[in-house]
Amino acid sequence: MTTSTPTAEGLPGRPSAAVRASSFLHRHPRLRLAGLLSAPMLWLVVAYLGSLAVMFVTAFWRLDTGGFVAVLDRTPSLQNFTELLTEDVYRRVALRTLGIAAVVTVVDTLVALPMAFYMAKVASPRTRKVLVALVLTPLWASYLVKAYAWRTMLAEDGVVNWALGPVGGRGPGFGVAATAITLGYLWLPYMILPVFAGLERIPDSLLEASGDLGGTAGRTFRSVVLPLLFPSIVAGSIFTFSLTLGDYIAVKIVGGSTQMFANVIYDNIGVAGNLPFAAAAAVFPVVAILLYLALVRRTGALDNL
Amino acid sequence: MSLSARARLLLRLATFGGLAVIYVPLLVVLVNSFNPSKTFGWPPSGFTTQWWSRAASNPGAREALLTSVEIALAATALALVLGSMAAFAVARYRWFGRETVSFLVVLPIALPGIVTGIALNSAFSAGGVALGFLTVVVGHATFCIVVVYNNVLARLRRTGTTLEEASADLGASTLQTFLHVTFPQLRGALLAGGLLAFALSFDEIVVTQFTISAGLQTLPIWIFANLFRPNQAPVVNVVAAALVVASVIPVYLANRLSEGNGGGRI
Repeated sequence: MTTSTPTAEGLPGRPSAAVRASSFLHRHPRLRLAGLLSAPMLWLVVAYLGSLAVMFVTAFWRLDTGGFVAVLDRTPSLQNFTELLTEDVYRRVALRTLGIAAVVTVVDTLVALPMAFYMAKVASPRTRKVLVALVLTPLWASYLVKAYAWRTMLAEDGVVNWALGPVGGRGPGFGVAATAITLGYLWLPYMILPVFAGLERIPDSLLEASGDLGGTAGRTFRSVVLPLLFPSIVAGSIFTFSLTLGDYIAVKIVGGSTQMFANVIYDNIGVAGNLPFAAAAAVFPVVAILLYLALVRRTGALDNL
Repeated sequence: MSLSARARLLLRLATFGGLAVIYVPLLVVLVNSFNPSKTFGWPPSGFTTQWWSRAASNPGAREALLTSVEIALAATALALVLGSMAAFAVARYRWFGRETVSFLVVLPIALPGIVTGIALNSAFSAGGVALGFLTVVVGHATFCIVVVYNNVLARLRRTGTTLEEASADLGASTLQTFLHVTFPQLRGALLAGGLLAFALSFDEIVVTQFTISAGLQTLPIWIFANLFRPNQAPVVNVVAAALVVASVIPVYLANRLSEGNGGGRI
């Protein structure tokens, strides 16, 4: 694109500073790029990645609580990590957290599959729009309110016990099961949406072809839909998995005395004031999530996020 | 796909059963805010609006709401500027390292909030920065950049540069082209991204807990602090119910936005 710049000599009057600056920038695209990148990169690289680096370094420090006053010992040591890896209590909490993450992921997948399938392939276009809106709306509702809602549901004189009472049943009360239910509830839309998007991408003709070739609905689902949908399910599982690993709030609201791994991190900052130990503990979920991402990379799930 | 009537019925039941599970807890919160019993046992023992008027005049909740809105507005403004700049750099220029920007931008939201929280907390404490209003804004803006970035980037890729070139060919300066051609094209994407950023910031509790000073409370912090106090339960109930009702507003706005111009992305 060529422009006849009105800044040429001989024209009466000088262009304003803003116009001169903008035409100077127009002639220097590299400078424009540098200007555009400076602030976001300063923020994300220097401030954010810098913070992560500080956290990583802090993880190798130690808070010496031997004396009357806790002293920060800045000589690098692996002691925080050894403590986290060898002490039984941390291993139990870590395994419990991974177990809850797995259960939440499986339950959410089982709930999301029929809902997403109905939305994408059975419902009329108008119903589909309404259903998508109905699934999306609770995403905007506050996280805390949703966790709190399950506290009122599962309380001793709550809705669940009231509803199950006449048939002689009882809710699980506050504990591990309640935590899994609440987390499954919180992350359900994060599973429905990628699965729905994946189903929408599968052309109806494929399903019809399978039917024409004699495949039953069940067979078509197993042999055609599921393999094509797998990357979307994995994409959803990244959310359910990663969000569960980092959660320490829901478990405080509905978990009774149950502890998740993120509670170890939080409690060391809040009560103990042991930032190095918390930072070391925070490295574990990051490693777990990076491992999971590396594991699922080949499924193509990352393109479905 | 040809499904038997039974399969269709089962799918429909599963869908509406799932929706019921999604909405019943939220409805219970709404109903409970009118429950006159102070222990909030189910079923409600009657109907009262006294908790709503008590909550409306609760100074702690009102102040926390104001703080939340101020922080969300500041974080959204920062995210709009930073996210748009990054999106322009990626969409309109070829350069070394372009591919890593998307990864870098999504990182603060992909990692668990507690990691972002600890990282910022360690950096602030290492740098001797006192926690307060501004540190919360910094924390929130960091994970809000991605929603603005995604929206603006998608829009820039779709609109291309033809209109801008036409504007330049017709003699407009870069500034005029930006103000009269580029910006109006982006308005919907900026609104959608800003709406999401505001909602994310308004709802955030984890990063807030690690970046806020003891004296300051956002609304989620206030709710969490009062959740386990029995005598505050009525007010917490009302605030929770109000937030459930308020969550319809962004859905409505997002719907209005998407009707005009293609919709937003998370």
